[in-house]
Amino acid sequence: MAIDIARFHQAFFEESFERADAMEQALLQLDVSADNGEVVNDIFRAAHSIKGGAATFGFAAVAGFTHHLETLLDRIRAGQRAVDAGVVELMLRSADHVRGLLVAARDTREHDAELSATLQRALQAALSGDAAPADVAAPSPMPDVSARASGWSISFIPAPDLFRSGNDPLRILRELAELGTLRSELGFATTTPAFADMDAESCYARWQLQLQTQAGESEVRELFAWVEDECELRIEALTAQAATAPMASAPAVEQAVAALVDVAADAAQAKPADKIVPIAAARPASVAVKNPAAALDSSIRVSTSKIDGLINLVGELVITQASLSQFAQGLDPLGHERLLSAVQQLEHTTRRLQETVMSTRMLPIDSVFSRFPRMVHDLAARLNKQVRLQTVGEGTELDKSVIEKIGDPLTHLVRNSIDHGIESPEDRLRAGKPAQGTVTLRAAHQAGQIMIEIADDGRGLSRQRIIDKARSNGIAVADNASDADVWNLIFAPGFSTAAEVTDVSGRGVGMDVVKRNILSLGGQVELSSVEGAGATVRIRLPLTLAIVDGMSVAVGDDIYILPLSSVVECLQPATVQIRSIGHEATVVAVRSEYLPLIDLHRCFGVGAPARAPQDSILVVVEAEGRKVALQLDELLGQQQVVIKSLESNYRRLRAFSGATILGDGRVALILDIVELVRSAGRAAAA
Amino acid sequence: MTLAHATAAQDRGAATAEAPREFLTFTLGSEEYGVDILKVQEIRGYDTVTRIPDTPAFIKGVINLRGTIVPVVDMRLKFRLEQADYNVFTVMIILNVAQRVVGMVVDGVSDVLQLSAEQICPAPELGGAVGSRFVTGIGTLDARMLILVDIEKLMSSPEMALVDTAALH
Repeated sequence: MAIDIARFHQAFFEESFERADAMEQALLQLDVSADNGEVVNDIFRAAHSIKGGAATFGFAAVAGFTHHLETLLDRIRAGQRAVDAGVVELMLRSADHVRGLLVAARDTREHDAELSATLQRALQAALSGDAAPADVAAPSPMPDVSARASGWSISFIPAPDLFRSGNDPLRILRELAELGTLRSELGFATTTPAFADMDAESCYARWQLQLQTQAGESEVRELFAWVEDECELRIEALTAQAATAPMASAPAVEQAVAALVDVAADAAQAKPADKIVPIAAARPASVAVKNPAAALDSSIRVSTSKIDGLINLVGELVITQASLSQFAQGLDPLGHERLLSAVQQLEHTTRRLQETVMSTRMLPIDSVFSRFPRMVHDLAARLNKQVRLQTVGEGTELDKSVIEKIGDPLTHLVRNSIDHGIESPEDRLRAGKPAQGTVTLRAAHQAGQIMIEIADDGRGLSRQRIIDKARSNGIAVADNASDADVWNLIFAPGFSTAAEVTDVSGRGVGMDVVKRNILSLGGQVELSSVEGAGATVRIRLPLTLAIVDGMSVAVGDDIYILPLSSVVECLQPATVQIRSIGHEATVVAVRSEYLPLIDLHRCFGVGAPARAPQDSILVVVEAEGRKVALQLDELLGQQQVVIKSLESNYRRLRAFSGATILGDGRVALILDIVELVRSAGRAAAA
Repeated sequence: MTLAHATAAQDRGAATAEAPREFLTFTLGSEEYGVDILKVQEIRGYDTVTRIPDTPAFIKGVINLRGTIVPVVDMRLKFRLEQADYNVFTVMIILNVAQRVVGMVVDGVSDVLQLSAEQICPAPELGGAVGSRFVTGIGTLDARMLILVDIEKLMSSPEMALVDTAALH
């Protein structure tokens, strides 16, 4: 009976990537000077889990490489190796490589063996090179690759319950024999009971093996990967050096480490609550909130398609419930009291159900923020700047679809802050600021939207430089332009003020793309800056892309939805406010502004408007900084509507961003204000 | 709302490669047409359709089909038949073609017919109102003549304007 192990692969990769991320995060928390006990444990656990999983599923490259990283971590954990910046850097690179190996294994591609070897050597050098002074006597536990052994002496003592986990020591021995010439000596534990008392399912045997081979220790060790946790395993080189005294102390070290692990495990089991507190206390406040939650939460993994299916079903339920309510309203309350109260109850429950289901798609923005510490670390090192990243409000939740799309624009903005905003340490000191610059990422809920702020305390935007640059690019700028207008120039395509183009930023693509991406999510960007004190970019985004606050309006017999976020005001104009320009165009004067008037009747081909503009309702909408007035018949109400795609069964339509289903089951189209405003602009230009 | 709730196409199984094929027949004017039953999701009465501004007249608009937005085309308008009334007998065939759901208004749905291979003649050059490009054959059953239409090809053709194509934008 073959178990198809491949079906577990996906889960393994998902978990391993998460662990690699966790490893990286913890690595960035490593403080060179302070006591890092818990953090190192976290990293070690992550590495160990990846190794274990990889070995189980037969991803030898991943398991083999991670093993070396783990060994180094083990030394650090045991206090035998001091943590310095170099080691952290090396481990970060190794964590990256682990991720690379995982990707290669997932896509069944060739992995970068050369990089593996290089990093492996570096890891071994870090191990053998400079052990902590307290442990001078401790030898290098991993023989150097250069002094490749002619073979290995292996002491293999399986735990008694080895068989119970389905392992067969003989299989391992057979595989070992394939590597070279194997000589084995069978022994028994001193505690072995008399033959009659033996438990048939326990293992009493132990082996002393001598293997003549060209294979490296990792290859040998790999064969034991399945049983590693269930045996005492000692692998020593058969070379002349290996026979010398220091090697003998290796087991002692291992035992010490094992004892340490036991103590740690015991402590974790005995007092889980106590265990959490010190972790929390030792870290920044934000992490403290998150970690116990992660430890205590019981969660399951659900595919997003299932959640989307659930959201669709609930959407349908809401519509059915709404039409039921509408129907019930027409009934005589006297005769149908119980039905009416049940309908009311249904409405209540449905609303709560919808809120709950929607919240399952909400993720903390931390999943975006967490990629930045590493980026800032690398970037600062490359640009020779000192940058501290501060994040506030990582727990702020927003819809997964928004999270997926906000990552790239944010990355760009953070990169810009470090490259253009933060000055070099010397410049900062000269300006009377601390040498270390700070970039702050802040997220918060604000009036049904999410506000994300990227602030730096760098040099700020230079008004004059922007104006000069704009003029040299052929953009006309008035000398007395407001600051906001000047900052807005940065979002123009092809604009960059960086004196020189670096590989980080400055190629002038970017800010316009950032702005476009954010607008396409229904968001807004604004910039503020004080020269010499720093710049702040503020992004406002809707919490979800699935629901929009809409205003339902009537045009003839049809109902349309206007996204509330683009509505500026509604008014009933006086005759004097309406002016026609030429034959076709009409404008309306609203507080000294002349806005183009779009008659939706004509626009949508409903026939001539029933009323003159001054007798109907005007809704002023704004998009991309331009306003237009829409003429329509009636405002029907304001409601949250679930956005449905027109494209899934039909196609994209100009002027409509989607559709929704009203309470009575009818479909209403949602106006695309950006497109409407643009078409007004085109009509004016024509 | 729903007149008849046809069994979902997929449920009928696909084990009919060699066996006689089944067709749903409908009328457009005086002609009788047949479409592969496996493409038909359900049959509904004609009901409120939301008009879409700025589209050809044969695209009646969109409806809410249990939570999804489905476009509706009136084949009678598309093929310029003389009469296109909307009354309680007007029906809509909901099709499942090219991973999309589309509603198609016709004059009436007749029945489901089994046709064996020998009952299907190759398509002549003329294809009735639909156009010969989309006709796969002529089915004969007693005195009836069915024009068999490749509905998937028809619905995804550019002239129906139901699918985004590069040419449209």
